[in-house]
Amino acid sequence: MDWFDSWGLTLAVFLPSVGMAIVLFIPSAQELALKMTALLTTLATLAVGIALLARFDFDMRGALQYDVNKSWIDVINSRYHMGIDGIALPLLLLTMVITVMCVIYSWDHFPEPHTPKAFLALILLLETGMNGTFCAQDLILFFIFFELVLLPMFFMIGVWGGPNREYASIKFFLFTLFGSALMLLSFLALFFLSDPQTFDIPRLAAQGGAGLAASTQNLVFVGLFLGFAIKVPMFPFHTWLPDAHTEAPTVGSVLLAAILLKLGSYGFIRIALPILPQAARDWAPWIGLLAVIGIIYGALCCLAQRDMKRLIAFSSVSHMGFIMLGIATLTNFGINAAIFGMVAHGLITGMLFFLAGSVQERYETREISSLGGMLVQVPRLAWILGFCVMASLGLPGLAGFWGEFPSILSAYNPAAGISEITFRVYMVVSAVGTVLAAGYLLYMFQRVAFGTVKAQFQNLHVHDVHWPEWFAWTPLLLLIVALGIYPNFIFRITDPAVSGLAQSVAKVIG
Amino acid sequence: MTPRFDYHALAPELILTGTIVVVLVADFFFSDRERFQTSRLATIGVLASLVPVLTLAIDGTTRSLFGGAFVVDNYALALKGFFLLVAYITLLVSVDYIGEGDYYQGEYYFLLLSSVLGMIVMASARDLISIFVALELISVPTYVLAGWRKHDTKSNEAAIKYYLFGVLSSAVMLYGMSLIFGLSGSTLLRDIGEYARGVDIPPLFAVAIFLTLVGFAFKISAVPFHFWAPDTYEGSPTPVTAFLSVASKAGGFVAILSLVFFGFFRTQEAWQPILWALAAGSMTLGNLTALRQTNIVRLLAYSSIAQGGFILAPLAVAAEGNAARSAFEAVVIYLLIYGAMNLGAFAVVIAVARRTRSGEIASYSGLGQTEPVLALLMSAFLFALAGVPPLAGWFAKFVMFRAIFNAGTAAAYTLGVIAAVNSVIAIFYYAGIARRMWFRDPSEAGVEQVPARTPPALAIALGLSAAVVLVIGVYPQLFARIGEGAFPG
Repeated sequence: MDWFDSWGLTLAVFLPSVGMAIVLFIPSAQELALKMTALLTTLATLAVGIALLARFDFDMRGALQYDVNKSWIDVINSRYHMGIDGIALPLLLLTMVITVMCVIYSWDHFPEPHTPKAFLALILLLETGMNGTFCAQDLILFFIFFELVLLPMFFMIGVWGGPNREYASIKFFLFTLFGSALMLLSFLALFFLSDPQTFDIPRLAAQGGAGLAASTQNLVFVGLFLGFAIKVPMFPFHTWLPDAHTEAPTVGSVLLAAILLKLGSYGFIRIALPILPQAARDWAPWIGLLAVIGIIYGALCCLAQRDMKRLIAFSSVSHMGFIMLGIATLTNFGINAAIFGMVAHGLITGMLFFLAGSVQERYETREISSLGGMLVQVPRLAWILGFCVMASLGLPGLAGFWGEFPSILSAYNPAAGISEITFRVYMVVSAVGTVLAAGYLLYMFQRVAFGTVKAQFQNLHVHDVHWPEWFAWTPLLLLIVALGIYPNFIFRITDPAVSGLAQSVAKVIG
Repeated sequence: MTPRFDYHALAPELILTGTIVVVLVADFFFSDRERFQTSRLATIGVLASLVPVLTLAIDGTTRSLFGGAFVVDNYALALKGFFLLVAYITLLVSVDYIGEGDYYQGEYYFLLLSSVLGMIVMASARDLISIFVALELISVPTYVLAGWRKHDTKSNEAAIKYYLFGVLSSAVMLYGMSLIFGLSGSTLLRDIGEYARGVDIPPLFAVAIFLTLVGFAFKISAVPFHFWAPDTYEGSPTPVTAFLSVASKAGGFVAILSLVFFGFFRTQEAWQPILWALAAGSMTLGNLTALRQTNIVRLLAYSSIAQGGFILAPLAVAAEGNAARSAFEAVVIYLLIYGAMNLGAFAVVIAVARRTRSGEIASYSGLGQTEPVLALLMSAFLFALAGVPPLAGWFAKFVMFRAIFNAGTAAAYTLGVIAAVNSVIAIFYYAGIARRMWFRDPSEAGVEQVPARTPPALAIALGLSAAVVLVIGVYPQLFARIGEGAFPG
């Protein structure tokens, strides 16, 4: 199995693009063949992912596994360097799982215009971009994969989206592209400032910004910050998100919420923190501040929403705030919590968007006020919604808890050199955020699920959960429970890598 | 003393000259129905000229002819190859357009090839006079080509505007060149370079550089000397527009590159600010005006003005720090990638116009449903032009930014920020067309669709451009190596 050590990641990243190429060559009339190809490709990719997990050395610290380092663009000293550690692995697996579920969910739910071929091809292309971002260990390679997800998502929102799709898609595209233009400039700056000059992420992290003036570091960090913060999105760069989420087709929203947002927070952990630790320390209070504002602002916006999908979108702003708060502490504890939070948010919010899509499909509306009595009419669907709402508000015993609670706790004791008082204030404020989260989620659930069925839906024949939905949702629901009961599944993977990272950061900022 | 005559070094030019003569003469002997044969002859000639370019590249020695006025080095060969491939693709997109129109075929190919001859001479020209002759050889045939649709007033306008501006710019340039000769005492770039390295250079030399560069700024349609371009592009036959916006423009860039690197390099105070202003102005104004266009060819015209600004940007800071090498590479790599992207976009415009008989952007509505393959290709070329990975354009932009960072001065960073902002603005109009093609309904197109197949020649042109855009996007090393090898040291 030596070949797997050197080819595993390449396989995980490019198998979906091979699948996409096959899909493009199947005539659009043969729908079953298209669906089967997409499903088998994503399943095969997931199998690769599970093999990666099985052969992963959990105790290895500070080194990349499945490391490949081949020449790519020699002229600019950029190499095809892929590798994963405990930080990347959970997110990589999350991506693979969610993508399979998206293909299954789409089985007979293809949004209008009904063109499965293009839709499935875009999902597969997205998977290549997402998997690649989590595996890339070279700044330019990272940039390419990071950007690769833009076009498919742009088209997914624009072609299959809701009534306001044109505006939402171009807004999403321009916002993220603006961020990544600045990010690319920062990558170039990192290259020219490093000694010896390199785009290699581990080597840049080993240099840790040594020999750079604080002002230079801070400036370069701002570029990275904007690139990642727009993607996360952090307040005040979040305005593209509610539009994109609301207009995107169900599967688009799921992928956007579950994975695409994580590319931003992952970028902070993988690139910004280890390469420029001093600047990260200097900016940490500000990142923390924006994170906390995001938590509260997102939650307050949720209370004012009338559209289910928009509400879930704003709840993402709030939840990503907890993740960013954990990252801003720069501690082992905080970053571990953040990664767990990313996985949990991916599963839970992904589920919530699936549910919103299913509600929309059945009632042809997502207006919270016009829904009601779902527990009577579609009890299974409503119970699953209730379950996910509980998970999302951080009920202990479900996955959401382990992302949120440790994140808040970690703010009690940020890394050396960061003001404790400030972060303790953040801790208190963010704790208020969890109360608000419980508020808006339960309020939403109560209005759509309890009470009586509204008059206009009395005589509507509504299907309860049907089989593609069961197939797509069961694994996610099981994972939410499993991770809630035994969070060590994730912490065991992340901890060695994160503590290595936190130690090297601490050494620099001492 | 008789000059040493290196037939191998001159073989590309000689073969192409032979082809030109054959095409012109053969046209007399073909009956009307056989006229299309001239295009075959032209294509064979262009491809045959590529052979000595390859053998010379394999041979690898730098050959200097005519006392240094004509040099065949890696730089010259890389661009000769580029020009000949661009000519090949232009021929492919022309064949059916010209064959189906009521036009004189033999003359068309004669003129096109003459212009290409000028370009491959330009790649080797290292002397003011040979640069000027090459430039006129590029330009004069295109004045005629722009007016090819002689019964169309727009085409007449295109030709006359292009001609007047072209002649004016030649005059200005020639004046500048004569001043340079007067001061330095030589027309050879090598000697001018020596002179520019000297200590007391009179301010008049700066004036001379200014006039020369302004002349070329017209040719590459850099703001504020761009006014002719949109009208000329819109009025010319579309294959000619493609040729003008890629090949003839690249000819101007090659001239500037040679002049700056082999001649003026040491007097950077004189030329850097000019190029800086041209670059910043072209990017910004080209993009902002492109936002408002409703005709696809005019939009591509303004986009190519903006792209010209991106190509100039690294040159504008080339003499700072150790940026010379990366700036040179950036220009060459950008030109190569730009050629593929822009030719591809124009090839789609031609293919779509066969169906819709329209150049309005509105007529692209719903193309994703009616012609998914063309729409897919167009999206690829547009997003490549926008610089979105993994399509080739990102690498062009990347090497540009790299050169700017390498220079590292305040002026360079300012230009870098302007370029970054402009790359985002550009997304808006490139994505705008994609939006029309995929997000709108065909009923919004407002034109009658005529079913028409894409002829094989056009399909080959599309396939070649698309292949370059995709392959270079994922593995830019291929072009990066060419750019690296081209640097004359």
